[in-house]
Amino acid sequence: MLSQWGLVSQAPAAPVLDPQDWTRLMDLIFEYRQILIEGTMVTISLAILSLVLSVLFGLVGAFAKLSPSRGIRRMGNLYTTFIRSVPELVLMMLIFYGGQAMLNDIGQATGLWGYLDVNQFIAGVLTLGFIFGAYMAETFRGAILAIPSGQIEAAKSVGMNPRQVFALVTWPQMVRYALPSFTNNWLVLVKATALVSVIGLHDLVWNAFSAGRSNHKLFTFMFAVLVIYLIITAISDLVLRWVDRKYSVGERRA
Amino acid sequence: MENERSFLEYLRDFSETSSPLDFVLIYDNLGKFFEGALVTLQLTFLALFIGGLIAIPLAIARAYRKPGLNQVIWGYTYAFRGTPLLVQTYLLYFGLGQFEAVRTSFLWDPILSDPWWCVLIAFTLNTAAYTTEFLRGAIETTPKGEIEAAKACGMSPLTRMRLVELPSAFRRALPAYSNEVIFTLHGSVIASTVTLQDLLGVGRWLNGRYYLAYEGFVTAMLFYMAIVFLISLGFKYAERRYLGHLQPREVDPSERAPIAA
Repeated sequence: MLSQWGLVSQAPAAPVLDPQDWTRLMDLIFEYRQILIEGTMVTISLAILSLVLSVLFGLVGAFAKLSPSRGIRRMGNLYTTFIRSVPELVLMMLIFYGGQAMLNDIGQATGLWGYLDVNQFIAGVLTLGFIFGAYMAETFRGAILAIPSGQIEAAKSVGMNPRQVFALVTWPQMVRYALPSFTNNWLVLVKATALVSVIGLHDLVWNAFSAGRSNHKLFTFMFAVLVIYLIITAISDLVLRWVDRKYSVGERRA
Repeated sequence: MENERSFLEYLRDFSETSSPLDFVLIYDNLGKFFEGALVTLQLTFLALFIGGLIAIPLAIARAYRKPGLNQVIWGYTYAFRGTPLLVQTYLLYFGLGQFEAVRTSFLWDPILSDPWWCVLIAFTLNTAAYTTEFLRGAIETTPKGEIEAAKACGMSPLTRMRLVELPSAFRRALPAYSNEVIFTLHGSVIASTVTLQDLLGVGRWLNGRYYLAYEGFVTAMLFYMAIVFLISLGFKYAERRYLGHLQPREVDPSERAPIAA
C-alpha cells in the first residue's frame, strides 16, 4: 500500500532508517566534529557578546523611555517601535552591506582611513545587540515600573546617591522582575544567531551547510544543527531557571 | 501626465545631486517590490491560517492533559520552539532530497522540491508550535465560574468548548497573537534565503543587479514597516472591539461630578 503511493522507496535495498545506515550517518557527523564544534563556539560567542551589548542598549533604552524629558522619551519609543517593525535579517543586511559602504564613503570623503572590510562577526554582534536591545528595553522598563516607587523614595530619603539607589535598590529587584522576559529574549536571540550564516559568517549553520553539501547529506547535518541548538536552549533554560530561583528567594510564589 | 513627468524629473535631479539613494531606480522597480510584498503576505497569512487551524486541537489536547498525546505535542512544540526557523527551512528544502524514498514519492515533484511549498510547510509548523503553547495558556486560564455556569446550563463538553471556552480563550490570547503575527512576518524573510522573491528577495535582487548597498534593503525595510504598522493598527482595533470590557474606563474630566463644597 505504502509503496503503491510511493511513500516507501521502490528499491528494497535502501530503506530510510536502516540501523547500518544510521551508524554510517553518525560516523559522518563524528568525522566532521571539528568544524561543527568550531561553528558552535562561534555561535555561542556571538550570542553571548550580542547579549552583553543588548543589555547595555536595553538599559539605556529603558531609562530613556522612563526619562522625565519628553524628547528623550520619544527617542526611546522610536527605537523600540522601529526595531519591532523591521525583520532581523533586513536590518542585518543593511548594517553589513550598507554599513560597509557608508564607512568607506566616509573614509573616502574625509581621507581618514582607506578601504575597510566589515567583519561578519562584528556586523552580527552589532545588529543582534541593537535589535535585542530594544526588546531588553521593554523588559527592563516593565521591571523598573514594577518596583514600588516608595522604595526608591525611601532610598533617596536615607541619603543614597543615584548610583547607590540603582545598585542597591533598583538593580537587584529589577533582575527578579525582568528574569522571565529576559530568559525569553535570550532564547529568541540564540535562535536569531542562525541568521548570521546568511551574510557569510562561518557559524554552526554555515559550517554544517557546507559540510552537508559536499557530502550530499544535508538532512543529516541540518538535523545535527537542530539537535545542537536544542541542547543550547535546553541548557540555558535550566541555568536561567536556577538564577530565577536564586533571585526570587524570599518571594512568595503562587 | 505633465505633473508626473515633472515629479520624475524632480526625483532624478534629487537622486543625482543631493541624495545618497537612487530614488529613480526604486521608483522604476516599485512594481517588483509590490510583487514581493504579495509573496511575503501570502506566505505569512497562509502559514498563520493553517498553523492556527492545527494549533486549536493541539492546544485543547495540551490544556486537558490528554495522556500520551500531551507529551507528544509537548515534544513537537519544544523542538520547534527551541530551534531556529532558518534551520528548519533548510532541513526541509535542502535536506529532504537526501532520501531516495522522498525523491521518488508522489509528493516530490509538485511540492517538496518547490521552495514555496517547503517554506510554507516550515512556517506553518513553526507558527503552529508557538500558537499551540499560548493558546493552551489561554484555555487553561478560563475562569472556573464560566465552566461551572456552562455545566450548570447542561452543555456537553463539546458545546462548552465551542461556545464558552474557545471564544473567551481567543479573546485572552489576542495580545499574544499580535506578537505571533508580527514574528511570523519577520520570520518570512527566510523565504529569500531559499531563492524565493519575497520582499527581501526583491531587495537583494535589486542590490545584486545594480551593485548597490542601500536601495533594495531600505525599500524592503520601509515596506515591512508599513505592513507591521497596518497589522498593529488592525490588532489595536480588534482589541478595542473584543477586549473593550478589560480596558480602563475613561472618564471625561468635563463630565466628572463637581466635588461638593
